[in-house]
Amino acid sequence: MTTEVGSETEVKEKAEESAAETDQSEKASEEAPEVTAAEGEEKEKDGKEGKGIARYLPTWLKKQKSQTSPTKEELTTRESDSKDAQEEDGPVPEVNGHAEEENEAVKSDQVKEKEAESHSTASADTEPAKEEKVEESAEKSPEETAVTEEGEGAEEEKKEQEGEGEAQGEEGGGEEGHTSIFQSPLRLVRKNKMKQAVCLVTLLDGTDFTCEVEKRAKGQFLFFKVCEHLNLMEKDYFGLAYIDSHEQKCWLDPTKEIKRQIRSNNWQFAFNVKFYPPDPSLLTEDITRYLLCLQLREDVASGRLPCSFVTHALLGSYTLQAEAGDYEPDQPRPLDNVGQLTFAPNQNKEMEEKILELHKSHRGMTPALADIQFLENAKKLSMYGVDLHHAKDSEGVDIMLGVCANGLLVYKDRLRINRFAWPKILKISYKRNNFYIKIRPGETEQFESTVGFKLQNHRSAKRLWKVCVENHSFFRLNAPEPPAKARFLTLGSKFRYSGRTQAQTRVASSLIDRPEPCFERTASKRSSRSLDGAPRISITEATSENGRDPHLDLLSDSKSPNRVHGDNIYVRHSNLMLEDHDKTTDEVLKHQASISQLKRSFMEAPPPSPPQPNQWEKRLTSSPAPTIRIQQQQQVSLEEEIASVLLSRHSGYCSAPPACCTPEPTLDADLTPGSTSTLAATEESAPQLEDVSAAENLISETKEPAKTAEVEIEETVVVQEVSIAPKPGLVSVTSPQEVAVEKEVVVTVETKEAKQESVSSESESEEEAEYHPNVSVSICHTQIPEEEEEEEEEKEEEKGVSVPDGPSLPAEVEEEEIEKKKNVEEEVEAKSNNDPITTQATNGHTLPEESGLAPEEEEEEEEEEEEEELKMNGEASVVEAEPRPLVICCSEPPVVKTEMVTISDTFAAQKTEIATKEVPIVHTETKTITYEAAQLDGNGDGEPGVLMTAQTITSESLCTTTTTHITKTLKGGLSETRIEKRIVITGDCDIDHDQALAQAIKEAKEQHPDMSVTRVVVHKETELAEED
Amino acid sequence: MANMCPYGRFTHAVVRGIPETFGKAVGDSRKNGETSVELAKAQRQFGCLTGALRQKVGLQLIEIPPDPELPESWRIEDVAVIQGDTALITRPFKQQRRSEAEAVRKVVSELNLTVVEMGAEEGDSGGATLEGSDVLFTGREFFVGISSHTNHRGAEVLADTFRDFAVSTVPVCGGARLRNICSMGGPNTIIISNSDGAKKTLRMMEQLTDHHYEVLTVPEDSAANCIYIKGPSKHDFLLHRPAEECPDSASAFQKLQDYTLLPTACSEASKLGASLSSLCLLVNRKHTYF
Repeated sequence: MTTEVGSETEVKEKAEESAAETDQSEKASEEAPEVTAAEGEEKEKDGKEGKGIARYLPTWLKKQKSQTSPTKEELTTRESDSKDAQEEDGPVPEVNGHAEEENEAVKSDQVKEKEAESHSTASADTEPAKEEKVEESAEKSPEETAVTEEGEGAEEEKKEQEGEGEAQGEEGGGEEGHTSIFQSPLRLVRKNKMKQAVCLVTLLDGTDFTCEVEKRAKGQFLFFKVCEHLNLMEKDYFGLAYIDSHEQKCWLDPTKEIKRQIRSNNWQFAFNVKFYPPDPSLLTEDITRYLLCLQLREDVASGRLPCSFVTHALLGSYTLQAEAGDYEPDQPRPLDNVGQLTFAPNQNKEMEEKILELHKSHRGMTPALADIQFLENAKKLSMYGVDLHHAKDSEGVDIMLGVCANGLLVYKDRLRINRFAWPKILKISYKRNNFYIKIRPGETEQFESTVGFKLQNHRSAKRLWKVCVENHSFFRLNAPEPPAKARFLTLGSKFRYSGRTQAQTRVASSLIDRPEPCFERTASKRSSRSLDGAPRISITEATSENGRDPHLDLLSDSKSPNRVHGDNIYVRHSNLMLEDHDKTTDEVLKHQASISQLKRSFMEAPPPSPPQPNQWEKRLTSSPAPTIRIQQQQQVSLEEEIASVLLSRHSGYCSAPPACCTPEPTLDADLTPGSTSTLAATEESAPQLEDVSAAENLISETKEPAKTAEVEIEETVVVQEVSIAPKPGLVSVTSPQEVAVEKEVVVTVETKEAKQESVSSESESEEEAEYHPNVSVSICHTQIPEEEEEEEEEKEEEKGVSVPDGPSLPAEVEEEEIEKKKNVEEEVEAKSNNDPITTQATNGHTLPEESGLAPEEEEEEEEEEEEEELKMNGEASVVEAEPRPLVICCSEPPVVKTEMVTISDTFAAQKTEIATKEVPIVHTETKTITYEAAQLDGNGDGEPGVLMTAQTITSESLCTTTTTHITKTLKGGLSETRIEKRIVITGDCDIDHDQALAQAIKEAKEQHPDMSVTRVVVHKETELAEED
Repeated sequence: MANMCPYGRFTHAVVRGIPETFGKAVGDSRKNGETSVELAKAQRQFGCLTGALRQKVGLQLIEIPPDPELPESWRIEDVAVIQGDTALITRPFKQQRRSEAEAVRKVVSELNLTVVEMGAEEGDSGGATLEGSDVLFTGREFFVGISSHTNHRGAEVLADTFRDFAVSTVPVCGGARLRNICSMGGPNTIIISNSDGAKKTLRMMEQLTDHHYEVLTVPEDSAANCIYIKGPSKHDFLLHRPAEECPDSASAFQKLQDYTLLPTACSEASKLGASLSSLCLLVNRKHTYF
């Protein structure tokens, strides 16, 4: 429920934290809590009466508070009570956010829950963007003045905050300091002090944590308290469990009042792992891994996580290494020590000996590394993260239903007898003690089927259902699902997963920017030898000053170059349960923050005055260079030749009304401004481009070595340029060029997601449009809520609007259309693999011949695109008219003269109403230049792969036509997305083809910043028309 | 997982010679005996197989001498399931085959494998039958074909033995054995026959697995049983039926790039329902823990 607010504020907090932390490190204080606490207290005194809590409440909350506070003071409703109490009690930003929502809820009490939920979900979609924004503001870009202010005072505030947290931790509330402003809340709190309850939370290391909460507090309040106590930031994998009145373990719903859930007034909880990350190595912080280890150790020792003898021994040895440090040969009786620890349900001497034997081999391993090794082994166990529930199948046979990251597993006596992956499940429901899943029909089946299971009772059915909903949401969705949509689940309660999804939490984790918190491993107190001064693994860069394990340094080195040079690429994070491929995803995610910063700062930087050579040109000239130069020459010569009617005109354009013979001068006039503005735009955005492509280079370079299990995305951009001379005599020079830019970058897309930075579909505006970090991760694209996309699209649209267009362009477009669009067509379009936004942006333009490849996303149509569609109808064929093989790789492209008759024939039917005489088509000069990047090897051709999706999108706007062909192949575990863009630039001799080409490439790159160009094929075609 | 490494690394092969009683199956299958099997040819083929394993692939070969009392003892695959350093001595469906295990048990313990028994006839695993030719280990998980010779209880014992791995049961149609219709063709590749029954089995396997496997389909059932071994120099070896025995499938194996294909005849054994893999047990004594 508080998803969005929570994370936003949290990010803010992080930003502040980082500031504070650097400050702290300057003081060389190793963040001993006492120090901070003291500091905080001082500060608190300084400014307490005046500001108090309000200082670190988000500004919007302040505002709201001031608006509503008069009312609130009179309100004696429970809501406001708890709200205020929480504001008081909770320095944790999430709680603030929560309170804020309740604020809203106060307004309309009845619909409180609903509204709160919808509120959060509505904004959840855009959360990543928000996070970026927040980050931005932390960098003092004046987005919200208030926030900036906050950012400036971040250090101070942070200290205060910490102090506050500390104070509260000790005093269990510490509200007293802030009387002046918050009088009324305070009063209420005092009243409520009578209603405090003492919670006993059993932590993973077996210790108990006691804290007082207000009786009306919601689950998440307690949860945040515990996380705060643990100093845990990646908290979304965890949860609080309680034993209900039926002796069943249940998860505490964070959005509901604790009291209503526990029933028996037994305020005892256990802090547990709720979602087992499929790849723990992707966790950002050691402390998170440590807690996960603790959970797994218990799971293993209790037998919940079954494993073989050898595995028991191996896991035990890592536990021993992590807790006891290196094996000491002179230790008198090591077996005694081992015997005290429980590693396995049926531990025996033999196992302990094996554990010791293996322990010896871990000598020198740091606790953190031992934990990592532990997890690496544990995660491969088949029952890792599987939550088992007793059930009976339809025939009454006892089975177990296991819920996990991948879906639902059905076991009968340890044997897996069925499995329903999340993508195959259409609906989950329960009714009384029955639990149902509706299965998507398979390839061979026609109808969806429903599988039913019987559980012990209604409660267990509901519990299972909830676990399924939560697991599905967490592992499978981009953002928590809005309850209203109920696409996935219809029956039953309104319950939905309210926390962050794995995708979101990974994003959030990637933004964690604090030194690794110090924490003690339980047993390490006993023999802390190896912990002391032992290098710790630092995942975040902030820790680099800490002593680091040298070989871990190596690991992080592979990342840092990227950062240093600022890879300016938006990597769309994938949040599937990528067991094998996750690594990159996360790595990439980590860069995202810095990338976006760079990007932003870049955008803000004034464009350099002299037009810089397009980065692409640079690249071209530096490597298989002659391409473009040659084109230029060709261009010149071509222009001298006589040409008749443009083919594309015949085909696509000729279906237009006879009015096509508009006076040529107009056209020319139109053309020139059009192209110039394009050029201008190019110049302006040149720096960006450079940056982008530099980053692209970087990424491919840096990632290449670390190629563990990465997915490669390839993008091919084919630019085709066609020149038309719209002379009355229908003589024109056509010089179609095709430039294929294939980008290849290692991006971490496991299957389907690539969140795409979308650019508005007007070419001119696009050039100046900002890189808008719309994170839209579609994990399972069939389940992408449409609304999300629409919203994102809308946002883009807004962005696009704000960008100044080339002044004369809009008019031109229309004119061109009326005039049958003879002249330059420029194309744009933001396309990416499966990106919902862009897919929609271009839908409807699929080429007929390739429509078979059209992905399902096409179903999701968008009105916004319609006007564009209108323009394009009938024109898509133009693009299609070039199915030429991209052949020659050389610097001296051979000139092939061909007749384009075929093409014109194809569309002969359409050119029914040409007003003038039949246009003679003569020779065509075709040149194909292929440029292949070196890293192309191994991509594409001939490799056996499974084609996952392929789609073709065509769109055109002003003077270019782009056909985008997206192909997805699955090779082994890798999914590769290859985008081939064919861009047809149509223009007459006046057009600077070089510029247009560069422009097209640039645009393509901008559209797919996360991809790299691997191949460019320039195909220039000139028609040599013979005048009769 | 400790034991989880890509499929295909083996150091030893355990085989058992073809006895003179080859083809003279005990029990009610007298009729089968009429199918003319040539002892000499079978022994020659056996020799070719072991030769390939030893000389071409480079495995250490342990050959248990044939026992005329045990006419089916050459089907050594059935009597044990070996993964990592654990060997589960199975309980074959036919009562008279159960004594075949003794010699195998001895060998695997000499190889320092942890020997796990199916347990007493009575008790927990009572009635459990399991034969190795119904077990497909992919390196990541087990598939157990529920066939005429292997039942659920047997599969449960297997699951209990190899707890690190998911053990999924799949149906096997038409009296075949799981390994008759499929085998591993690489660390990540399943070779499976194109028959309807095999397709059904494959569908189930695909449904049950968390992993993605490449699938190489071959038109003939008999061609689907191959022996894949990743040699010491990480070279891929595939022992498969020669073109004479499976003419339609020969081309399919060519798709496996950079493999050393070792056509190995198995016509006599296959007349008795066996296949290449039936003749050997593969062991990896060099597994590492990391």
